[in-house]
Amino acid sequence: MTNFRRIIKAGFINFRRGGLVSWAAVLIVTITLSVITALMLLQAVLSFSLAQIKDKVDVTIYFNVGAPKDQIMLLQSSLEKLPEVAEVTYTSAEEALALFRARHENDYPTIQALDEIKGNPLGALLNVRAKEVSQYETIANFLKSDNALVLGGEGIIDKVNYYQNKIVIDRLNSIISGGQKLGFLITLILIVISIIITFNTIRLTIFISKEEIGVMRLVGASNMGIRGPFMVEGAIYGVVATLFTLILFWPITRLLEKSMTEFWGLNLYDYYLSNFPQILVLVLLSGTLLGIISSFLATRKYLK
Amino acid sequence: MIYFNNVSKVYNGDGVALDDVTFSVAGGEFVSVVGHSGAGKTTLVKMILAEDRPTTGTVFFESVNIHKLKNGDLTKLRRRIGVVFQDFKLLSNKTAYENVAFAMEAVGKTDEEIAADAPHVLELVDLGNKVFHFPHQMSGGEQQRLAIARAIVNQPELIIADEPTGNLDPINTFEVIQIFKKINDLGTTIILATHNRGVVDSINKRVVTLEKGKIIRDDKEGKYVL
Repeated sequence: MTNFRRIIKAGFINFRRGGLVSWAAVLIVTITLSVITALMLLQAVLSFSLAQIKDKVDVTIYFNVGAPKDQIMLLQSSLEKLPEVAEVTYTSAEEALALFRARHENDYPTIQALDEIKGNPLGALLNVRAKEVSQYETIANFLKSDNALVLGGEGIIDKVNYYQNKIVIDRLNSIISGGQKLGFLITLILIVISIIITFNTIRLTIFISKEEIGVMRLVGASNMGIRGPFMVEGAIYGVVATLFTLILFWPITRLLEKSMTEFWGLNLYDYYLSNFPQILVLVLLSGTLLGIISSFLATRKYLK
Repeated sequence: MIYFNNVSKVYNGDGVALDDVTFSVAGGEFVSVVGHSGAGKTTLVKMILAEDRPTTGTVFFESVNIHKLKNGDLTKLRRRIGVVFQDFKLLSNKTAYENVAFAMEAVGKTDEEIAADAPHVLELVDLGNKVFHFPHQMSGGEQQRLAIARAIVNQPELIIADEPTGNLDPINTFEVIQIFKKINDLGTTIILATHNRGVVDSINKRVVTLEKGKIIRDDKEGKYVL
């Protein structure tokens, strides 16, 4: 216990007396933690916008004019039972017409043509949203399958716009999965680079103390007695850098709040504040572990 | 206490540092190891501290082969030896008090023991007024006296001093040697490696003379003869 207390105390004293070297190390760890935090926020923005894009993709089943509502309802309930389906919304022929009119209210010739036809030329429709973009094909296949035919789907379905949208949906699907993979890869590479830079900085700060480590050994200090204070110092770098990083991101997210909300639809400042405890734990853990492990590895060389 | 048995050390490129050295040091002795620069004095000292390994031969501390010790046991052995170097080798970011306290902490002394003994030993080497000074705030003589304070504070069985007066003026040299003599009078074994003729002649104790890695003289109450 005495040794533990002495190691902690020595770590704090070394940090304080380290002066510029200590603060240089803190700066580097702060940069690393900032990269990690920025990438975390970027991942959040990326997932949010991907979710938004995914949300915009759907498949619409257009029914023939006069298709009986109970058959459509039957098809809707069987579609809802599919595990891939997130939501099915029914739009009646009358609603479809009202929507059409609203959409074309400034398009006089179209409205006039509609008026001349008299009656409703539009059928009802079902709007189907899948849980994943990749699952639309399964849903489309279901509509072609025997199940749908049994339900009388063949006779009442006019068209399914999946086939028109197929290319766009497929491309979007590959962009989304590619974007996720690329984002993860870039995050990983940047984090690895930052860790290497931090490790080398801490190694340099310990290299300065190389001779002192030799002296400590000659005096008969145990390996833990020598290494411990360096590890505590590394942990202090992490804690102080965490503090700086989290304070730094408060005005940064605030500054980006307006433009990000307008462009991506995600309020980054709100996201930062509402996820602050998780971000704090993650950044603090990364910082202290980085400091402790780097110091542990860097001193190993001089203790052999 | 210390036994060198046919110890040789050959460095790649630098040639022979020690050549078939055999001698022993009894407990309570004051042995000056003398020789020109490059004669092998520092290599001999490093062998005792296990900072270096012999190419052939063995070095024993009492019944223990120093170079067969594991890391942990070596640490324990070093706690029984006090070391003083020409370049002081103090911990630069620690005060005089903390330098002494560090050596005491290393051997597991309690806070109370440290608080009682560290100021006392600093008084003993006339550094009572420099307790909270850092090494860079002290003169060469003061730094060397601090190194001695650190070496003696745990009352080691053996003190090894490698050119301890190399960086000191005559007055400080005299003071440092007087301290070593006093420590020796109290029963501590001292091995002093030096090429300072005046120092060796003033001690008037055993002198082992090295030349080109070989022991060429071993005089019981010797002088510096080269």
